[in-house]
Amino acid sequence: MTIEAPQSSRFIDDFKAELKPRLREFRNSLGLIRENWTAMMGIVMVLFIVLMALFAPFLAPPQTAGDPMQIPADLSLPKPPFQEGLPLLGTGGNGIDIYYGVVWGARTTVVTSLYVVLTAALIGLVLGGLAGFYGGKIDEIIMRFTDIFLSMPALILAMAIASILTKNLENMMFALIIVWWPSYARLIRGQVLSVRENTYVEASRAIGCKRNRILFKHIIPNSISPLIVSITLDLGAVALVSASLSYIGFGVGPGYAEWGRMISDGQRWFLSTITYNGVSYTPWWALVFPGLALLIFTMGCSLIGDGLRDILDPRSRRG
Amino acid sequence: MSDDILIEAHNLKKHFPIRGGMFSKGGRAVRAVDDVSFFIRKGETLGLVGESGCGKTTTGRAMLHLTRPTGGNIYWKLPHDLRKKLSAMEDRRSRAEERLMKERELQPQDLEDIKLRRSLYRLPGGDELQAVDQELAKFNKEHSLEGMDEERLRLMRKNMQIVFQDPYSSLNPRMLIKDIITEPLLVHGVAHGEEMRERARAMIDAVGLNPEHLYRYPHEFSGGQRQRIGVARALMLNPELIVLDEPTSALDMSVQAQILNMLNDLQRNFGLTYLFISHDLSTIHYMCDRINVMYLGKVVESAPRNSLFAKPTHPYTQALLASIPVPDPAKKKQRVPLAGEIPSPANPPSGCRFHTRCKFREAICETTAPPLVRVGEDHFVACHLCNGS
Repeated sequence: MTIEAPQSSRFIDDFKAELKPRLREFRNSLGLIRENWTAMMGIVMVLFIVLMALFAPFLAPPQTAGDPMQIPADLSLPKPPFQEGLPLLGTGGNGIDIYYGVVWGARTTVVTSLYVVLTAALIGLVLGGLAGFYGGKIDEIIMRFTDIFLSMPALILAMAIASILTKNLENMMFALIIVWWPSYARLIRGQVLSVRENTYVEASRAIGCKRNRILFKHIIPNSISPLIVSITLDLGAVALVSASLSYIGFGVGPGYAEWGRMISDGQRWFLSTITYNGVSYTPWWALVFPGLALLIFTMGCSLIGDGLRDILDPRSRRG
Repeated sequence: MSDDILIEAHNLKKHFPIRGGMFSKGGRAVRAVDDVSFFIRKGETLGLVGESGCGKTTTGRAMLHLTRPTGGNIYWKLPHDLRKKLSAMEDRRSRAEERLMKERELQPQDLEDIKLRRSLYRLPGGDELQAVDQELAKFNKEHSLEGMDEERLRLMRKNMQIVFQDPYSSLNPRMLIKDIITEPLLVHGVAHGEEMRERARAMIDAVGLNPEHLYRYPHEFSGGQRQRIGVARALMLNPELIVLDEPTSALDMSVQAQILNMLNDLQRNFGLTYLFISHDLSTIHYMCDRINVMYLGKVVESAPRNSLFAKPTHPYTQALLASIPVPDPAKKKQRVPLAGEIPSPANPPSGCRFHTRCKFREAICETTAPPLVRVGEDHFVACHLCNGS
């Protein structure tokens, strides 16, 4: 590799030269993920759900105008799946289309999890970073504030917050963010405390970096790998918790494409018997298909998170 | 080498408080550096040598104000007339202190206590001490590094840089070498764009690496190469003083020699002044013009290299020199054994700090701390027994 170049294209060449090692690192990490077959499986699982969410309008086109998140329903008794002339995965209570609900529910779950986790992580990153870096009184104030939130069980606190607000998806997400950021703040603070002891942080002080530059250029980039692992794992956890909240009645209203809500609606029919075309069924499908979708997403996130932990752990990293 | 003094430390102290928990408010502290004064001439290499834990690294870091000293002052390029003024003031203060101490039968450590010092001002004859203290405070606010705020100190860093001991943790693993060594230029706004890249290429060449190394990450290099990068980073701003904090102790012997030679070449080419910190006497001998020997936070002997190695005067220096291994099994050396462990700097021995391990000790050593006394050309020793002869 040479970096001597004619004057005109120097900028481009420099850009290329700079890109090269970054790409090389990226490829190395990618190679490590490929070797990890459980993580690959997780990626496939999450990708499946994410693609479903992205292409929902094509996979299950809404039949009527109006909110596409409302599952079409014919207000009849549940009907079994895989029957000709019926929705693919059958129908549930009120005759809601299970297939439609599962597909559009993917949107709800992916958007909710991403939104909650990323917002909480951002809040945690800033507060935890400030607490760890500046220490002293700032640290004390931020961390005691964090402790207040951590001292209450997350689910109960989220329920309490959701219950005093109007029941809708936005307020549920808000409640989840409130209970989720403290753990990120903790994580980042601990990380920053250990990273700032590195000599390169002192070196950056010695060359005359300003404090903000030290924090954002030297400490934060070296502190976030556990955050990335944590974010991946939590995507699944938030999906699960938000489904639980919907399940017990916080969050979305009936008929909304949300897996937790669908599971709770389907559960009511689980112990009854219906007859369709002279065959009697126990309507398991209204419960199992949304549950399966939730399982795939949650497990996929866990598998990726575990794989990333192996890769990002500095002890297992090369050099 | 000239007689111009580049940087000088006056009564430098760094104490690390020992926190014993919420309820114990004792004033106990690790006295890592305790009342050390020295100067570095422009263009020379001053060595700091001593056992681990003697405060040599802390001294180096305090010189650059990477840690704020607990007491004392660092002066950068103090002009002649100001230095005269300063030493006159310091003389006046020590005379005033001495008189008060004699009248009130005080111990030296009492003078350190700020509260007690304030009460001293109120004693008869204390007004002079107060006056000179105020004068000194005003002087230091203007001329000492201690008086500088964060921003002025940040700008001062252009003049003085440091190379760290551990080449593995001193480079940010997420930055390209190019970004690591151009960062000093960037944060001081000295150069950017093509000029910055040009200077990076020139510097990477000066420390014996290739321009293509600029586009790699630190983990792709060996220890010696990383230390070269650390040196390059320190040199980017054309500083005058570089603190070398055991720059070779983490490296192989052969690599050590390469790095030391490179440092010597760079010193010649760039006109650098070094503060060379090491525990390795042969490295010190190879690199330094003058040497300060430290023991438990104090300088016990300060001498030009040849005079120190030919005529070590302090018992501790003698023991150190005698401990240099000679690669000749037939040669029986006369050993000057150092009995026991180095005492804790949290609770240093009274009087001369070395008296617990000194085989020549006498009664006075246990009660009175010896001052640094001139015994030869540029040669100073802090020992009660070496004063006359």
